[in-house]
Amino acid sequence: MKVSIRYFASIRETLDRAGETVETGAVTLAGLRDELIDRGGAYAESLARGRAVRLALNQVMADESALLVEGAEVGFFPPVTGG
Amino acid sequence: MTARVSIQTEDFDLAAEVAALRQGDGRVGAVCSFVGTVRDRNDGQSVSTMELEHYPGMTEKSIEAMIDAAHRRFDFLGARVIHRVGLLHPLDQIVLVVVSSAHRGESFQACEFLMDYLKTQAPFWKKEQTPEGARWVDARVSDDAALAKWGIQATNS
Repeated sequence: MKVSIRYFASIRETLDRAGETVETGAVTLAGLRDELIDRGGAYAESLARGRAVRLALNQVMADESALLVEGAEVGFFPPVTGG
Repeated sequence: MTARVSIQTEDFDLAAEVAALRQGDGRVGAVCSFVGTVRDRNDGQSVSTMELEHYPGMTEKSIEAMIDAAHRRFDFLGARVIHRVGLLHPLDQIVLVVVSSAHRGESFQACEFLMDYLKTQAPFWKKEQTPEGARWVDARVSDDAALAKWGIQATNS
């Protein structure tokens, strides 16, 4: 299925891109993260397991077990620091 | 009626926002506000500027949901949240939360609840410029603890 991904803050900087549309075979957000890590390079670095990465599914905070749906918007970003 | 949530680069006026929230509402007997500002030091280093990034769309939706959650917990009348983004300097205002209610207790509580929620659940990121270069601000464990006191588990930091 096709999903659009958005990157923010330090992750956006490391990847040098704000987003992309990908064709994925992943079922969950965890699976999508693994696919991106498997690209290696900056993706493996910024999304590595053990790093604090937060996720949003269709603009709502989600955990990695959340299920992807066709056309979903997925956000990858570091812990938030507003206020 | 004024919007409940604004994300903007411009500064805000506390007195004008309080006046707008109370305007013509004779039920209001208490107004509490919180203003967050940019410090000139953080984690032992001086800060010359701060850049605030956010997730347009999600930011507004998440804060609207927080106000709805606050309404389910506390008996208050109105709430207004303004958060600035873009380039800020020490002494600048960053965030405003204003809550009105019939009696003070509900306003105090709802105001603190909204700030605690916002700190760990709204998608904003701060980047500071220091003498040693730019750095992204780290999330604080103490902010997760602040939300935990309301019975909500946060795992932000």
